[in-house]
Amino acid sequence: MIKLNELDELLFTIKKQFDYDFSDYSKASMLRRVNRFMDINNMKTSVDLKFELINNPTIFQNFINEIVVNVSEFFRDPSFFKSLHEKVFPYLDSYPKINIWTAGCSFGEETYSLNILLKENNLFPKTRIYATDISRNAIEQSKKGIYDNTNFKDYTKNYYECGGKESLKNYFVSDEKHSMINSEFKQNILFSNHNLVADSVFKECQLILCRNVLIYFNSKLQNKAFELFYDSLPVHGFLAIGKKESLRFSSVYENFKEIDREEKIYQKIR
Amino acid sequence: MKPEIIIIGGSAGAFDTILSILNNLDKSIDTPIVIVLHRLKNSNSSFESILQRSTHYTVKEIDDKEKIEKGFIYTAPANYHLLLEENYTFSLDVSELVNFSRPSIDITFESFSILLKEKCCGILLSGSNHDGAIGLKIMAENNGKTIIQDCDEAEFAIMPKAAKNIYNKHQELNTKDIINTLNNEYN
Ligand SMILES: C[S@@+](CC[C@H](N)C(=O)[O-])C[C@H]1O[C@@H](n2cnc3c(N)ncnc32)[C@H](O)[C@@H]1O
Repeated sequence: MIKLNELDELLFTIKKQFDYDFSDYSKASMLRRVNRFMDINNMKTSVDLKFELINNPTIFQNFINEIVVNVSEFFRDPSFFKSLHEKVFPYLDSYPKINIWTAGCSFGEETYSLNILLKENNLFPKTRIYATDISRNAIEQSKKGIYDNTNFKDYTKNYYECGGKESLKNYFVSDEKHSMINSEFKQNILFSNHNLVADSVFKECQLILCRNVLIYFNSKLQNKAFELFYDSLPVHGFLAIGKKESLRFSSVYENFKEIDREEKIYQKIR
Repeated sequence: MKPEIIIIGGSAGAFDTILSILNNLDKSIDTPIVIVLHRLKNSNSSFESILQRSTHYTVKEIDDKEKIEKGFIYTAPANYHLLLEENYTFSLDVSELVNFSRPSIDITFESFSILLKEKCCGILLSGSNHDGAIGLKIMAENNGKTIIQDCDEAEFAIMPKAAKNIYNKHQELNTKDIINTLNNEYN
């Protein structure tokens, strides 16, 4: 177990040694994740942890994969997807080609959910999705698109709650334990590694989804991410963040208009 | 020194107790109160508006990185764990369920008490699982004030009992005495 005061020092070492900067992440959840990692790997002190990180090259990548929180689900917050469908899709439809960025895509649940809705609303053929995450493992898992069957009851419930009319399972090939998303839903998605803290704009996108990622950043880092999103959006482009996250305190707030206050969907107006 | 934040955790059977605590708090008290109650996922319940009718505080469901202020009752949103940052702002977290729960009372009790030490008061009410027991123990060990609902009074005693089983120095009080204690401590 490490304490808060040791955390800063650890993050500083990581920044120097590996060029990954977690110093502006939310300390409280970072502390829990680091302690969880140490627990799983039988490390007792921050000295043990640092020693392993520095001397064992595979463990660092493991560390990155484990300290980020990859928990996600299909159609998380159904009311959000409903609103996206009702308030944003009609607007997107007016573009000849659509680029969408899902930042912090985890294992792909959110990106594939979106793609299913795009398909059902005939926007699929003209859409390209860029799905990014800091974790290499997350990107690999996303590309595979294989999910545990145990959670599908919840996913199906979510899907219906957001207005789905098909059978969700029709979009997957399943065996007893797992379900894999149909390959057509992979065709228009480019999954890649991207770090919101360090990397820059890579593509202009008409819609950006970045949900439940910013909660892991402190306000300063959130602001930096908002500036990045601002720069990646054309005027009239849309930004959607997590239900309990807020754009209000960021420097670009004035440049956005609220499309759905509850669901945290914004449109860039200048 | 007086505790600075009151944290109430509860599950099945806790809601009415929370209402009667809030209803009977002296109007002069404005110590921030944080409520972590197990709730249904995606529920758009009118929980906050019902609370609001029972209190002179302003009731607010927590947004990420919101700063804690006096005169507010903060409720933990469904489907997020609730943590405290050094600058007295809340952090939300969607990591794995703990004790089958998100929010988990254990996580909030622990996170608040490692920062606030003796400046917090944790109250664990009725519920039918073990969430909160470990967190309340940690809070007690950090010199926070810790109270469990009277196990005979609680509609579901599993939760306060679990806390008592792993640590026997929490104050065990019925609703009336919880109210009296808070009114004495924070006035
Ligand atoms: C809780 S998941 C959110 C998944 C999905 N967006 C949702 O709402 O269900 C958070 C994701 O953010 C990613 N993440 C954390 N820090 C990041 C960073 N600096 N850059 C890019 N992604 C990051 C994590 O790897 C994780 O997959």
